[in-house]
Amino acid sequence: MDFKQNYFEIFQMPASYQVDTDSLADRYRELQLSVHPDKFADASDQEKRLAVQWATQVNAAYVTLTEPLKRAIYMLEMSNTNIEHNPTLDPMFLMEQIELREALEEIEASGEAGLAQLDHYKSDVSNVFEGLQRDFEAQINDSIVEAEQTVYKMQFVHKLLAEANQLEERLLDY
Amino acid sequence: MALLQITEPGQAIDPHQRKRAAGIDLGTTNSLIASRREGGVATLPDENGDHLLPSVVRYLSDKSVVVGTQALAAAKTDPTNTILSVKRLMGRGMEDISRLGTSLPYNFQASDSGMPLLEVVSGVVSPVETSASILTSLAQRAIETLGGELDGVVITVPAYFDEAQRQATKDAAKLANLNVLRLLSEPTAAAVAYGLDTGAEGIVAVYDLGGGTFDISLLKLNKGVFQVLATGGDSALGGDDFDRALAEWIVAASGHDRDLSQTQQRTLMIESRRIKELLSTQQQVPVVIESEDLSFSGVLTVAEFNELVAPLIQKSIKACRRAVRDAGVKLPDIHSVVLVGGSTRMPSVVSAVAEFFATKPMSDIDPDRVVAMGAALQADALVGNKSDEEMLLLDVLPLSLGLETMGGLAEKVIDRNTTIPVSRAQEFTTYKDGQTAMLIHVVQGERELIEDCRSLARFELRGIPPMVAGAAKIGVVFQVDADGLLSVSATEMSTGVQAHVEVKPSYGLSEVEVTNMLKASFSHAKEDVTARMISEARVDAVRVFDAVSNALAIDGEALLSAAEITTLENELKQLETVLDEKNAALISAQTAALAKASDDFAARRMDASVKSALAGHSIDEIEKE
Repeated sequence: MDFKQNYFEIFQMPASYQVDTDSLADRYRELQLSVHPDKFADASDQEKRLAVQWATQVNAAYVTLTEPLKRAIYMLEMSNTNIEHNPTLDPMFLMEQIELREALEEIEASGEAGLAQLDHYKSDVSNVFEGLQRDFEAQINDSIVEAEQTVYKMQFVHKLLAEANQLEERLLDY
Repeated sequence: MALLQITEPGQAIDPHQRKRAAGIDLGTTNSLIASRREGGVATLPDENGDHLLPSVVRYLSDKSVVVGTQALAAAKTDPTNTILSVKRLMGRGMEDISRLGTSLPYNFQASDSGMPLLEVVSGVVSPVETSASILTSLAQRAIETLGGELDGVVITVPAYFDEAQRQATKDAAKLANLNVLRLLSEPTAAAVAYGLDTGAEGIVAVYDLGGGTFDISLLKLNKGVFQVLATGGDSALGGDDFDRALAEWIVAASGHDRDLSQTQQRTLMIESRRIKELLSTQQQVPVVIESEDLSFSGVLTVAEFNELVAPLIQKSIKACRRAVRDAGVKLPDIHSVVLVGGSTRMPSVVSAVAEFFATKPMSDIDPDRVVAMGAALQADALVGNKSDEEMLLLDVLPLSLGLETMGGLAEKVIDRNTTIPVSRAQEFTTYKDGQTAMLIHVVQGERELIEDCRSLARFELRGIPPMVAGAAKIGVVFQVDADGLLSVSATEMSTGVQAHVEVKPSYGLSEVEVTNMLKASFSHAKEDVTARMISEARVDAVRVFDAVSNALAIDGEALLSAAEITTLENELKQLETVLDEKNAALISAQTAALAKASDDFAARRMDASVKSALAGHSIDEIEKE
């Protein structure tokens, strides 16, 4: 098994931030059909072990390439850039984040009546996230430094979206 | 070079050698066994033509054990020796039992490891042993119908069963002397039966409300691949709870305020079930209970009953909402909704599901049998029988796995609904200066506090070089295989000191307890044990022999040199020579030698197979570029 293959190479797809998700899903299915341990019921133990390793690797590759934030971080790593845990961020961006967070707290305070507002809020934040994805796509080939900064922003916005979803769960009493 | 007899690729397995495999639905209320044979998959009946085996076991004073309909008949008259719904006790600790409701009419005692044991007239039995009796009874049916011992079975469990409950189920199968190919989620099994039967594609929701458990799963069906997107549920919500709600209503309405006897509890539960079932087709049902000092006579209408059970149904709908979100799909994306489990016969359940998914749910295949049928299909594939249609299940982890960190908090390492097999690494560090050991506590569950999660295993990593707090780097790796079994290893990065554990849930039976039960269940003399060991070694040897000779037949010439082929052929021949020896160790040693000799060949085959999987695509891409 060639563990040196990167995730794009595993699926034999071009290493670009924009990914054809349908084609990725198809290739994922085809690969699992040929490597999954269940397909090696009759095989030797060595083949079974290899199958588990392969299937694990294919799953990891699929999840990474399917999720926009994970894919961005992975592409940075491919360019030998490991992200920091406590990055310094643009003050303007941080101000915007503080405002967005306050808005979320206000929605929470208004209880179930906040559900309609929350819908708008989530779609606004999603738009911000998609904008960052476009930025990243433009930057990754030209300026790794800028692309890295964009990933930090994506992490913030991604977390905010997750919190908005959790709030929605609480308001709907899941 | 010696001439080997080689069959054509794909026909390597002789039709008479079709292996005997079965799927078992080990249910709370009823259990079934199914098998795939020529002409399709079917559940297997007993000698009276009954397919459903009531999951009831009765213990008699002469130490004999009665399973099924006959046992059920004694439920009211002999409540403490007649065990119903034992599935609810599987993998549970004593303290869980009190949470399951007070009306379990058994005499419990705790085992050394905190497992609940049942006191019956013939002695003390564990829920695992009771389940094993049900499995044995089902397997007997299959052995008679299929004409021989089973090569392997797939047993279904609720998707929401945790590791301890799964391990308990595996222990029961071990006691019943069954080779478990896989534990399969019940809703996934149902989806397989549906998918292969109807050829449905797209996203399917399976709503499975059984006697004691509720599961919701969302799957993507795509050309023979069943990919579980998300699963959720409640491992303590089912028909029994509807019965209990009704029983409580009767007690309240009767004005009875003393403690209920075991006979009264059993009578109430059985009557309640009967009334519930009648209310699926009737608008109102007379309720008459005369049991010792409990006496009630009245009428229950559908509307009143629906009001009683509405909170329970809403609980299931809430789990559906969460699963849809976890799957990352929108309600309109869901192509069809499949109903599974006896409790989905209740009209109020059907309408609640229809309302939530905004579509008419399907129950075309008998909701009692569909799970066992799906399990049989998977068993047939896993045992190695070839079939025309391509089939693969991609399952997920039902509950998050994590570690205890400072302050009694659970840090998730693998989130629920991650496709398995999966491996995840996480780094931790020391808390105190000079700390040289670390306790790794593996937990399962969604909650943030350790005390709300289920503890799976604890192990220690020792020999960390003394450093200031926060300087040591401890890498912890979680690996979950395709069976959903977890192994955890921890490594101190600078020294490479390692600790490793195969996770065996703390609530399960210990290895010693299982072995003791095995010993007790076979009253075997020593020669029987030896015979069993030889037979097991032979089974393993034949498996490896077949695997290598099949591989040689298919890929030998393409991937190996003449010398390499000769080496493998020699190892094969040697294994063949020792196969009839009455010496388990010798057979195992030669099996291991053959396996070792073929390791490199296995790796080459795997690489070749991966290359060919996407062969079509690479050509496309070369053309594009």
